[in-house]
Amino acid sequence: MANTKEVRKQIASIKSTQKITSAMEMVAASKMKKTQDTMLEGRPYSLKIKDVISHVALANSEYPHPFYEERTPKKACFIVVSSDKGLCGGLNINLFKQVIAKSAELNEQGIESCFALIGTKAAGFFKSVGGQVIAVAEKLGDKPNPDDLIGLTKVVLDMHKNGDIDQAYLCSNGFVNTMTQQPNVEQLIPLAPEEKEESSPTQWDYIYEPEAKELLDGLLTRYIESLVYQAVIENNACEQAAKMIAMKNATDNAGDLIKELELLYNNVRQAAITQELSEIVGGAAAV
Amino acid sequence: MSTIKINIVSSSEEIYSGEATMVYATGTLGELGIAPGHTPLLTGLAAGPVRVQNGSEEEAFFCSGGFLEVQPDLVTVLSDTAERADSLDESEAIKAKEAAEQELANKDASLDYAKASAQLAEAVARLKTIQKLRKNQ
Repeated sequence: MANTKEVRKQIASIKSTQKITSAMEMVAASKMKKTQDTMLEGRPYSLKIKDVISHVALANSEYPHPFYEERTPKKACFIVVSSDKGLCGGLNINLFKQVIAKSAELNEQGIESCFALIGTKAAGFFKSVGGQVIAVAEKLGDKPNPDDLIGLTKVVLDMHKNGDIDQAYLCSNGFVNTMTQQPNVEQLIPLAPEEKEESSPTQWDYIYEPEAKELLDGLLTRYIESLVYQAVIENNACEQAAKMIAMKNATDNAGDLIKELELLYNNVRQAAITQELSEIVGGAAAV
Repeated sequence: MSTIKINIVSSSEEIYSGEATMVYATGTLGELGIAPGHTPLLTGLAAGPVRVQNGSEEEAFFCSGGFLEVQPDLVTVLSDTAERADSLDESEAIKAKEAAEQELANKDASLDYAKASAQLAEAVARLKTIQKLRKNQ
C-alpha cells in the first residue's frame, strides 16, 4: 500500500501542472481573439486580389503567364505552414499526415517532392522524416510580417521559373471555428484557370502600363505571396484555438486525476489510522 | 452624375470602399485620372497619393506602391501599405527620410542598399503627399 506522503507529493505536483495548463489556456484564449482579428483584417486584400486575378484570367492576355501553364509534372513543392510552438493538440501532426499522404500519392505517379517549411514544428518534423527541404521560415511570431515570407515564396517561385519544380502545393490549417480546424492541401501552381463565363461574348484585354509581362509577373507573385501570408495568419488563429482546447482538456484531466488521488489519499490515511489503533488495542490486550 | 465603385485594400486591412466620380492615382508611368466607364486597365502604382473624388468631397490616401486594376464600373487598389492621408504625420515622414538618407550615406556598413533607397523613396513620396494636401486646403 502506498504511503500518505507519496500520494500527497503526487497531488501537489499535479496541482502545479494544472495551474500551468490553466494559465496557458487563458493566454491562448486572449491570443486567439487577436489572431482571429488579424486573420479577418487580412481577408479583404486576399478577396480583392482574387477578384483581380479572376478578371485577369478572363482577359485574353497577349502574354500567357507561366503560372497557368500545365507542364508534365516531375517534381512538386509543398509549402507547409505549421506553428512554432507545440502543446496545441494534433494540429500540426494532422496536417503533416495529409502532406505525407499527398506526397506518397504523387510519388506513385513518379513525381518527386520537396518542401518549403514555415514554422519550427514543420522544420523539426521534416528533418526527422527526411525530405528535401528547400527553404525554412521560422519564428514569425503572433503577428507575422508579410516581408518575412517573401524570401521563402521567392525560393519556390524561382525554382518554378527555372523548371526545377512543376507544381506547388500550399498546406495549412483552415479555421472553421474554435473547435474545428481543417487541414488543407491546396494546389497553388499551376493556378487553376477560372471557368470562362459564356455570358461575356466580347473579347477584351487590359491596357497594361507598363508591359503585360512585367505587370502580370508582379501581380501573380503578389497573389501567391498573399495566399501564403493568409495561410500563415489563419494557421496562427488555428494554433491558438487548438492550444486553448488542448490546455482546457489538460486542466480538466488534471482535475479528475487530483480527485482520484485525493480519494486514494484518504483511503491510505484511514487504513494507517485503523492499523495503528488495532496495534494499540492488540498491545494493551497482550499486557 | 455617374459614379464608379472604388476599393482600396492593403495586406493588413481594408482602407476604403465606396463610390467615386473620379479617382486620381500615381501610376508607375505617371499620374492617372479614372472616370466611370474607363476601359479595363492594369498598372503598377508608385509611392504617392490616391485621391478619391465624390462630387465636391475628396478623400486622399497614401499608398507606398502596389497595383491598380480598372474595370468599367470598378476600381481596385491593391496597396502594399496604405493609410489615410489625414493620419500622415509630417514630422514622422521627415524623420524617416533623414534616417534613410543617413543609412545611404553610411555605405560602408553592411547594409542593404536597395532597401535603404526604397525607404528613402517612400519617405519622400509621403512628404509629397502631405505637401500636396496642404496646397489643396
